[in-house]
Amino acid sequence: MNVQTTAQNFDELDSVCVRFAGDSGDGMQLTGDQFSVVTALEGSDLSTFPDFPAEIRAPVGTTFGVSAFQINFGSVEVSTAGDEPDVLVAMNPAALKVSLEGLRKGGVIVVDEGAFNKRNLDKAGYEENPLENDSLSDYQVQKLDITKMTLESVKEFGLGKKDAIRSKNMWTLGLILWMFGRQRKPITDWLEQKFKKIPDVANANIAAVNAGHAYGETAEVSSNLRRYHVGRHTTEEAGEYRTVNGNQALAWGLVAGSQLGDIPLMLGTYPITPASALLHTLSELKEYGVVTFQAEDEIAAVCGAIGASFAGQLGVTSSSGPGIALKTEAIGLAISAELPLVIVDVQRAGPSTGLPTKTEQSDLYQAVWGRNGDAPIVVLSASNPHDCFDVGIEAVRLATKYMTPVMVLSDGYIGNASEPWKIPDITKMEKFTVKHHTDPEGFHPFLRDPETLARVWAKPGTPGLLHRVGGIEKDYDSGHISYDAANHQKMSDVRAAKIDGIANDIPLQSVSLGDQGGKLAVVGWGSTRGAIHQAVKRARAEDIDVSHVHIDNIWPLPRNLEEVLNSYDNVIVAEMNKGQMNNLLRAQYLLDAHLLSKVSGQPFKITEILDCIREQAGVSK
Amino acid sequence: MNEQTDVKKLTFKDFETDQEVRWCPGCGDYAILKAVQMTLANIGATPENTVFVSGIGCSSRFPYYVETYGFHTIHGRAPAIATGVKLANPELDVWLVTGDGDGLSIGGNHMLHVLRRNVNMQIMLFNNEIYGLTKGQYSPTSKQGTKSPSTPFGSVDLPLTPCSFAIGAGARFVARGIDTALKALPGTLARAKEHNGASFIEILQNCIVFNDKTFEHFTLKKEAANTQIHVEHGQPMIYGKEKNRGLHFNKDKFALETVTIGEDGITEDDILVHDETNKLMAQMLVELTAPEFPVVCGVIYCDPKESYDDAVHKQVEVAKANKKADFNALIRQGRTWTVE
Ligand SMILES: Cc1ncc(C[n+]2csc(CCOP(=O)(O)OP(=O)(O)O)c2C)c(N)n1
Ligand code: SF4
Ligand SMILES: [Mg+2]
Repeated sequence: MNVQTTAQNFDELDSVCVRFAGDSGDGMQLTGDQFSVVTALEGSDLSTFPDFPAEIRAPVGTTFGVSAFQINFGSVEVSTAGDEPDVLVAMNPAALKVSLEGLRKGGVIVVDEGAFNKRNLDKAGYEENPLENDSLSDYQVQKLDITKMTLESVKEFGLGKKDAIRSKNMWTLGLILWMFGRQRKPITDWLEQKFKKIPDVANANIAAVNAGHAYGETAEVSSNLRRYHVGRHTTEEAGEYRTVNGNQALAWGLVAGSQLGDIPLMLGTYPITPASALLHTLSELKEYGVVTFQAEDEIAAVCGAIGASFAGQLGVTSSSGPGIALKTEAIGLAISAELPLVIVDVQRAGPSTGLPTKTEQSDLYQAVWGRNGDAPIVVLSASNPHDCFDVGIEAVRLATKYMTPVMVLSDGYIGNASEPWKIPDITKMEKFTVKHHTDPEGFHPFLRDPETLARVWAKPGTPGLLHRVGGIEKDYDSGHISYDAANHQKMSDVRAAKIDGIANDIPLQSVSLGDQGGKLAVVGWGSTRGAIHQAVKRARAEDIDVSHVHIDNIWPLPRNLEEVLNSYDNVIVAEMNKGQMNNLLRAQYLLDAHLLSKVSGQPFKITEILDCIREQAGVSK
Repeated sequence: MNEQTDVKKLTFKDFETDQEVRWCPGCGDYAILKAVQMTLANIGATPENTVFVSGIGCSSRFPYYVETYGFHTIHGRAPAIATGVKLANPELDVWLVTGDGDGLSIGGNHMLHVLRRNVNMQIMLFNNEIYGLTKGQYSPTSKQGTKSPSTPFGSVDLPLTPCSFAIGAGARFVARGIDTALKALPGTLARAKEHNGASFIEILQNCIVFNDKTFEHFTLKKEAANTQIHVEHGQPMIYGKEKNRGLHFNKDKFALETVTIGEDGITEDDILVHDETNKLMAQMLVELTAPEFPVVCGVIYCDPKESYDDAVHKQVEVAKANKKADFNALIRQGRTWTVE
């Protein structure tokens, strides 16, 4: 049967999840990124999940060298990168092997048949070619010799074979664009721009995109290659949008905070996955007065930031778990000297080096409690890419208002994932005043604001305010060093009270979905928001009495949180660690919750949470 | 800039604080404190624009005793903190105080990098060849065989020479002074302040409690003329009570040797002239030890290059001059779309 596919032949879908998987060198991240942009431009809601190996260039063809990019998009709110891909693009046997497990039964697999040679099959550990036995019979497999068709499509540009093969990802992108009825123009424009200086490469890539697209358009495909239509997400608020990932949004949020508080920013940092993008972004923003300092290590990085804060700017430092551990002692100094400091922890799977490119939320203890002495700080968490922007601003506001370190917990998932973001207008955002003390009258460095308990910020260079501070305990009434026992009690109490008091300056805990009070609540924090939201939404559609409570202020906790939690008969705490928030809530409120823990380096699937909800609600499926 | 016109000239007393100084009686730190306060007065330092940053150790208590701004930080990290201060406000005159343990053990890496980067500040390393504050353990500068609470049978590891480390790290200004040399030290410190970039000054300091007399073989006043040499740029390196001893460069051995003018046909012309811009010469001078050689003090190496903080701020200024800071435009860069 020869079916000529036509433009009308679309299946309508609410949402669809596509996974591009290939070798590290196959350009899957780029392909995924570009597909996301086109998807976003056409108004679908989306969430992405770049899932790449720790090795920069792992041996070609190996399973551990597979780099994948997952995108979930819909005419409905999607909020996660999708549980199970509906469409898998596999550029080689290894990519097929590692991605197959997650694929929806009945889903579409597009494979580059040309890459399924003996060598690659061996490397992926296939004894038989899966394209030639019935191991894929549960799926709709499209075997295409993408390598060969790419080479043909770019022949006229006279590229070497190696360069020509590089366009494979663009050929594939062309086909996928066709499959979802998306425009090619934004891609071809981008290619033209990107390879402006090497027109042959630009033209070859454009030709590959067009060829992939044309293949879909004209191919006489025996097994039918279907087309899917995913509409606009119409419930979005009006306004101007873009896609943004968490690291980018956080960097911009910090700069926005610096602008709104009119306080220059100094970033001291040391490269580490997945936090380095913050440094890369901020180092380009010198015209905003942002100074970046790539220090010799994380200790020097945080110390540089503390030095900047001492000198009257806002010191910021960023890292991931292992680097935060190194900063610990210095954070104690900032607590003791009561200096503002923003610490960004883009968490990754630990302990030790752990899984550098995989996500986890296991630095909560470290953030809240991980220091010597009684050393309270503010801890905020970001729960999706665009939220990182607001959290960045809030961190600047709280650090400067309360003269305290503020730790922001993000993670590898939201750091790299992108989402549509309604771009704010900074001129309409609320400003806040950051004050440096100037009045010599009755001055000492630990004079406190009776309301916030923050000490005055007197910066060097100010006449009449000469003073010395340090990590030795200070006398409450003069700021001089003091070894007095009663004074240490008083100072420890006031440092704790200052942080506790911030509970009055942060939003009350709300219920993000469902009602306050009821049979069951799922409590989460950070990047699990999307998955919990969707799971609770589906459970409610099944008439299960369940709500979603998402905690953004980790320390201090919102003042009504206990009341909110106690309003449910039963609580599930879902988190990507071995139960850190669960224990924190138990410690604070004697809350006896059910823990749903996951530490596989992958985000929660909606169904994993949904299953837990059903089980806790006593509903069997 | 602060108005200086009708301000009376400050004396060293104006740089004393109301805090009781808590070093052991007879500690070399007292003399250094005095020398620094004198230097500040001599160079006309503005207290509010001056910042002392230190790590942890006896020596690192220093900032509490100087009437300027001060930050007593954590063990070994002062170079990094001071770098942050300079990045935030390059107008501040930053003095760093550290010890042989603080600056060369726990903080060795930061010391290396602050020197390599050439951040504009004066780094005073108080070398008493011992951990004073933790009660006398040996340090990375302790002589081999040092008996201490942690090395009851004598230390076995080899010490390093701070000035040599500094030169190796790329320091552009290296000097050495002695705690009790109140005449020489302020001049050396003033030169350090004058130098734009990281100025490293090793100050040999006697810890009377845990390592007394470790430098005595060349610091005793009555023998000092024979055991020390204060080098000056462009001057032949002559020393000795009779001013007849000198350093000679033996080309065949590619090494320095001591000679006596008037003996074996040696004249003043045979004495090596100090060139503070010559790194190789500096490297040789800092390694000379008593009693075979005089210990070299004063400004041993000075060869300025642009400082890190100047270069960083230059980039910022260029960016500010060439690009408008328009945040709304920034976050709209790239592809955007509109939902109506
Ligand atoms: C992180 C940390 N480790 C260890 C110490 C203990 N400690 C304080 S000072 C010091 C050594 C100080 O030696 P040095 O720098 O030579 O200073 P000195 O007391 O001799 O002036 C040590 C080990 C500390 N304060 N912090
Ligand atoms: S222990 Fe040594 S270095 Fe420390 S104050 Fe006493 S004499 Fe000075
Ligand atoms: Mg010492």
